Parts: sequence; C-alpha cells; structure tokens
Amino acid sequence: MIRNEPRITPELIAEHGLKPDEYERILKLIGREPSLTELGIFSAMWNEHCSYKSSKVHLRTLPTKRPWVIQGPGENAGVIDIGDGLACVFKMESHNHPSYIEPYQGAATGVGGILRDVFTMGARPIACLNALSFGSPSHPKTRHLVSGVVAGIGGYGNSFGVPTVGGSVRFHARYDGNCLVNAMAVGIARKDQIFYAAASGVGMPMVYLGSKTGRDGIHGATMASAEFGEDSEEKRPTVQVGDPFSEKLLLEACLEIMQKGCVIAIQDMGAAGLTCSAVEMGAKGDLGVTLDLDKVPCREEGMSAYEMMLSESQERMLMVLKPEKEKEAESIFRKWGLDFAVVGETTPTKRFIVRHGGDVMADLPIKELGDQAPEYKRPFVSAAKPEELDAENVPAPIGTIEALEKLLGTPDLCSKRWVWEQYDHVILGNTVQRPGGDAAVVRIEDGPKGLALTTDVAPRYCEADPFEGGKQAVAECWRNLTAVGAKPLAITDNLNFGNPERPEIMGQFVGCIRGIAEACKALEFPVVSGNVSLYNETNGRAILPTPSIGGVGLIDDFRKSATLAFKRAGETILLVGETTGWLGQSLYLREICGREEGAPPPVDLTEERENGDFVRALILDGTATAAHDLADGGLLVAVAEMAMASGIGAELSAAPSDIPAHAHWFGEDQARYLVTVPASKVEAVLARARAANVPVWTIGTTGSDALTLSGERPILVTILRESFEGWLPVYMASEL
Amino acid sequence: MKAAVLVFPGINRERDMARTLRLTSGREPAMVWHADTELPPGTDLVVIPGGFSYGDYLRCGAIAARAPIMDAVRAYADKGGLVLAVCNGFQIACEAGMLPGVLMRNSRLKFICRDIFLKVERSDTPFTRGYNAGQVIRVPTAHGEGNYAADAETIARLEGEGRVIFRYVAPDGSRNAAYNVNGSTNSIAGIINERGNVLGLMPHPENHVEAAIGPTDGRGLFAGLVDHLAKAA
Repeated sequence: MIRNEPRITPELIAEHGLKPDEYERILKLIGREPSLTELGIFSAMWNEHCSYKSSKVHLRTLPTKRPWVIQGPGENAGVIDIGDGLACVFKMESHNHPSYIEPYQGAATGVGGILRDVFTMGARPIACLNALSFGSPSHPKTRHLVSGVVAGIGGYGNSFGVPTVGGSVRFHARYDGNCLVNAMAVGIARKDQIFYAAASGVGMPMVYLGSKTGRDGIHGATMASAEFGEDSEEKRPTVQVGDPFSEKLLLEACLEIMQKGCVIAIQDMGAAGLTCSAVEMGAKGDLGVTLDLDKVPCREEGMSAYEMMLSESQERMLMVLKPEKEKEAESIFRKWGLDFAVVGETTPTKRFIVRHGGDVMADLPIKELGDQAPEYKRPFVSAAKPEELDAENVPAPIGTIEALEKLLGTPDLCSKRWVWEQYDHVILGNTVQRPGGDAAVVRIEDGPKGLALTTDVAPRYCEADPFEGGKQAVAECWRNLTAVGAKPLAITDNLNFGNPERPEIMGQFVGCIRGIAEACKALEFPVVSGNVSLYNETNGRAILPTPSIGGVGLIDDFRKSATLAFKRAGETILLVGETTGWLGQSLYLREICGREEGAPPPVDLTEERENGDFVRALILDGTATAAHDLADGGLLVAVAEMAMASGIGAELSAAPSDIPAHAHWFGEDQARYLVTVPASKVEAVLARARAANVPVWTIGTTGSDALTLSGERPILVTILRESFEGWLPVYMASEL
Repeated sequence: MKAAVLVFPGINRERDMARTLRLTSGREPAMVWHADTELPPGTDLVVIPGGFSYGDYLRCGAIAARAPIMDAVRAYADKGGLVLAVCNGFQIACEAGMLPGVLMRNSRLKFICRDIFLKVERSDTPFTRGYNAGQVIRVPTAHGEGNYAADAETIARLEGEGRVIFRYVAPDGSRNAAYNVNGSTNSIAGIINERGNVLGLMPHPENHVEAAIGPTDGRGLFAGLVDHLAKAA
C-alpha cells in the first residue's frame, strides 16, 4: 500500500504544473489518489518540456528520413552516416528559463546537457555551437545576461575540452523577459557502435553512474514549462549547478566501457533526472523498471524519494549493463573516480516501481508515463500575412555609405568576437574555419573529410510570416553550409516559442513547422533531432518566434572549403541570385528607418537549390576563390564582411536604375551568394551559369584598401572594421 | 624521441599534444596516468599538457602538482630530463616548484582564445633551437589564468639570467601593452628553469603545426626538440 501523505490538494496539483483534466487522467489511470512522489513523477514526465504534449502532433509532420539518416528524432541525439564507417551524432537543445534566472549556471548546464546527449550515444564530442537571443541592449538586465551566459558556455565547454566553433547572437526587446540559450553539440562515433536508450532483457541490472544526487534542480523541467511572472528570481533553486570536470571524467569512462562492450542501453539524466531516464529506458524497451532509492549515491543526507526522483543534479547516467561485464565496468568507473551503483532492474511488468526505506513510494504504468503521455491538439489561429512593402515607399534617410557604416555597428550585425574569444575554438586541433565565417569547418579525425556546422534563424521574419520564416531559417542554414563548399546533410531544430495555450502563439508554431517541413523536403535536408521550448513569455509578452536551425554538412576534402575573405586584388566579384530590393523586415528598415514592418522576403526553394548547387560546384572545382552567403543586411553588408575579413577593398558598379539604390544595397532577397573569381575565368563562369539557368552578375572588382561605390565617397576598410568591431566590447565594458 | 604525456583527470589537450608529437617525431608518445609512480623507461621528454586538471578547483594546477606521478617527474627533471609544460602544464609546474612564479587570472578577467604573437628570446635551448633568436611566431592562447607574476627579485633574476624564453609582442616584435594578452609581468609568456631543462609556457604551439589547418609556427618547437634529442642520442 502506498502512503498518501500529504493529501493531494488542488493547490498541490497546480504547483506541479498539472491541469485539472490532467489530474483526472491520472486518477483514471491508476484508479486511486497518487502519492506525493507519484504526483512529482507525473509532473516531471507530463510537463511540456519532457512530454512535447503540445508539439508532438506537429513535429510528426517534419521530414526525418533520407538514406543517410541512421537515427532520427526520439533518441538522445540524431545520427547521420558520413562515410568511412563513421557517423555524426548531433542535437541542439534549449536552456532558456534557467539561463534567465541564473545565466552562468543555466548556460553552463545547457552545454553540459547537450554534450551528454551526444556522448550517451557513443560519440566523442568534436564541436559545440550555440544560438543566443537577448533583450534590447538598453534593458537593464541584458548586459548581465550576456556576460553570464557567455562565461557559462565558455566555462563549461573550455573545461570539458570541446571547441565552440560557431553560433549566433541577436538582440531584440521581445527577449527582454526571456533570453534564449540554445546549445548544439556534434560528435563522431563508429557507425557500428551507436548506443540507444531502449532497455532489453528482463532482470537486467540498472546502474547509476557519475556524480552524486543532490537537491539541485528539483522541478527544473516543470519550471521550464511555465511562463515567467514577477517572481522568476525566486526560481533560482530550480537551476542546476554544472561540474564540467565530472562530465569530462564521465565522457572518458562512458566511452571506455562502451568500447569494452559492457553497455546494453544508456540514457543520460537530464531534465527530470532519474525519473525521466528510468521511465524512458523501460518504456522504449517495453519493460518495467524497479528502482531502489536506498542504493542511489546521495550528496546530502535525508533526501526523500520525491527529491531523489526529481533532482536534476548534473553529470549522471543510467545504464543497463551486460551482467557478465558489470565488474569490468565498475573498475573503469572507479578508476575515473566516479560513483557506480546498481539501483534497480528491468522487469516484465511494464510498471514503474520506486522503493525507498522499505516502502513502495510509487507504482505506476510505465508506458503511459513515457511514450504514451498526453497529447494535445491545441487550437491555433494564423495571423494575416503582412502586406508587401514597396521599396519606392521607403525613403532613404541617410546616404548609402553612412548607412553601411551604421549597420555594421548595430548589435545584430556587429562582430561577435567579444563572445567567441571567450570560447576555446581551437582545442582538438581540427578547427579549419573558426567563428566569424558563414559556417565553421571542422576536420574529421585525421581528414581529409570535414564537417561544416552552423546555426541560423531570422526571428523577425518568423514573426511577420511564420511559414516563410520557417522556410527561410532552413534555407539560410543550407546556404551557409553551401557557402563553405559543404553538402548539407541534416538539421537539428530548436523551436522556441511563447505560451502554446494561446492560439496565436500556437499559430506561429504551426506556421513555422510547416515552413521548416517544406524547406527540408525541397532541400533534402531532414530533421534528425530537436527540442521544443515553449512558455518563453513574461507577463503575457512572448518572445519572437525563434526556431533555431542547427545544420551539418559534409565536405570530402576540408582543404577545398571556401572562406569569405577576399583573396587578392583584381578579382571579379560575382553576385549569384535575383535581387529585387526587398526591404520588408530588413535590418536596414529596422535599424536605419526605425520601422519593423512588411512581409519578409519570400524563399523560392527551387532557386535556393539551383543557386546553391552552382556555387558549391564553383568552390569545389577551385574556380571560386571566396564565397559568402547574403543574409542579414543584404548585398553591401556582405561585400563589407568579405573586405573586412581580408583587408582588401573593392570597387562596385552602380545600382541598376530600376531599383532604388538603398533597396539594391540593403534589401534581403534570398537565395543569393557572392563569389570572387579570377578575371580570366569570368566568361566561363557566366557561360556555366547560363547553362544552369542561374542568374549571375558581375558587380565589381576587388582591390585597394577601401570600398568604392560608383557615385559615393570611398570608405576605408579599416574604418568599416572599427564600426564592426567596436560596438560589442564598448557596450559590455560600459556602465548602465 | 620517446615522449611521455602526463594525463591527469580533467586534462583535455593531451590528444592535441599526442598528435603533434606523432606528426613531428614520427613516434607515438606514451600516455602516462597520474596515479602511476614511474615514467616509462627510456623517456627522453616529459610533456605536461593543457586542460583543467581536477577542474582547476582549489587553484589551477595545485592538485595535479601533488599527484603520484609528479615525484617521478621531479626526480627525472633533477637528473636533467627535458620537461615541456604547456598552459595548465605550466601552472602545474609552477605549483610543483619546478618553475618559479604563479599564473593569476587574466588582467581582463576573461578566458581568451586568440592567436597571439610571441617573440622567441633565445634559440640556444633544447626547446627553441628550431627558431632564430628574436623571431616572432604566431600561436593560439586559450586560458583564463595566464597572467604571469613573481616577486621583483625573481623577475629580475629571470631577466638577468636570460630565462624568459617567450614574450607576448606586437606582430612586428615590439613590446606593447595592447598585445600582452593576459597582463603578464614583463609580457612573459614562457620561462625556463635554472638548469635549462624545464620549459613552461601558456600558449599552445601544439595547435599550430599543420599547414592544412592554419599557421605552422608551433612546429619549430617540436622540430627543435626532435633534432636536439637525435643529436644527444
């Protein structure tokens, strides 16, 4: 008999984030009132963060299969085949709520969690990336959050020993009350040595490994499944504390016992800790699990079953080991100074039973807790599509060169060197392209293959038109991988939105998913892993819809990858793709004209593919000497970035007469790239473009130390650099 | 070259170092566990690599300096054996009393990963014979606590005895506070012990040895060691 103390009251149910109808469902399921421990377990498993109850029905529409996909969504991370018997294992995950409450530890444990997801599958992590969104620079909390989050990401990744090679950072007032910290990890495994979570075999020992369990992070996943009010600061105790040193030991110990063939199944203890890991391993294997909490290594005395089941203490793993290899595995863990304890076993009953101090504290049906958790088809409304903005109706308030200089020094376009210099991006000795380019390039083992990695999304597009914005996020990711010469293979999506119980938020979510699905299909760029973070809102104000897309591409010879820097003077600059001068939702419109309006640029996926394939071919056959995708800020910003990366200037021909100059230079039409080629090869490239039906124009020539536009004053590249490099360090060093 | 790379819990640049030793010497180094009490027989170079030994808890390098293997390393160095201590290794060597001084928090209080320029002050050591004296090399740093400090007397002695081997400089080789990445006293990036067989430095020459990945200015250090050991044998 399970003791029912304290009594379950409606207040207690609400405190656990469970809705009255969900509680009814629990009563019906178990035929009695749950114990407090059981209520905690339901709350941990059925919250939005762990159950995906609002999103699952839509996530199923995403394309997840291509021949090179080994494991799609549903495991700790996605797995793709990269040839030579190797697999790339990767995923992106959010740690938004904790990072807002306690930026250093919130971000650090976000990195720790995603690294664990990757090495749980048997992969050695080779790179990390991230996508960060902060509030307006003028908001009093922003500087503190940027400082803490960046230090936390660096603090964990640097110590763990994985290079942080890329990412994105943006600022917008809509993130004032909810910053976003999306961390991505990428690892390499042998294709025939991938490890999964599903337990198999009855009576198998379940082994607890890693750090001890403490009282930190209790209810972390529940906290991450609710919006913030005035009291968000009070939720600090729900944030976990990271220990990258233990995680590094855990990595080495796990890889060692995997290599020795000791492991049947493995699951890391992330959100909802012991509860979630044990339930998932059992449910996925169609088995029951019995846990004996008296065996759990604890950091503190007198911990209750409730606390142990809900603790989110970090750097812990649960495994099912081959019984005959148990001793060997134990000696490996002892060598690394880590805890090792048999805490339970698999059973044939499909029940999840938790014992503590001789009592049964929980006895629940495991499938309903896990893979058969509630699912909602929440109502949604789609906002009306905004009208297209005619560039003729957008007067240019300042001159082109002045606008360029100003744009390069805006928070979203400026150099993020201040951020990525705090991340060790060269450790492991495989970083071919460091942060600051279109995509990072990392050598695989001793080469010559390389992986291209990037994270992308334009939330302002998603806000204006979720469908086009979702498409664009995937297309831009694909384009960034293409711009370094890689073949884009697959993505991980980290979907950050507001409260899904509001139909307009759900409408954004559904729209973005549709856009992502369409682009993934057209570009053969499947989703293999992901994470959903909802309830990113404070006092009823939601974040901009932010579906971060993390992409992985493969390049057969990393030495052929292209960089964006101009290589030498006298080369011809070619623009690939149509330019219509699309100013709606552009950064020029927002930063120079002070307007956030209009429809975002439409994405033609056929053009994306044709233009991208054309550019990739130019890179791989050595014709293109530099390549860069066009995105935020448009054409002139992209040219400036290529100049600043090299110190070499350029002379550009005048804007065509049928497009207003500022729309030509700063419009954000999609599917575009810049490449440079030696003058002697221009004719051949143009002929190839005509044959491939790809629009290409010569727009200028590299040279001198300044950027020169026909009819404008020349501006030195060094002046542009000052504007570009200046903003962030000055902002971070200044007082409020 | 029979190199031995020490592995403490939390060390994380041991694989980078091992690869570089392999590439430059053609021979796989031995990886030596912190709990061991002896170096492999015939070791002619001990490398203490970078990382966060014991999580940098307590004080960088303090716990590793007291690990069982360190007695063997000290005895080996006392007999004139060569020890290369990089980044966390430099911190460990200082904590172990094998080199003078300490490495404090960077003056700007942040971890910095950046390519920096080093002036090679001397080329007549086993570690720098692959360079010319006064040569400027470009190598990456990646540390939060590399701000070298010692009492005035120690600094004066180091300078007077020519034991400052690497200094942070501008690309043209000039001393310039803006290029002193972590605020080290006298822009000191690397020093050698009195006997000249233990080198400690903060930057990572082992990460700049392959042309396909980037600059190769770090190669000289390893090529010099290989050459020195070949001649000594």
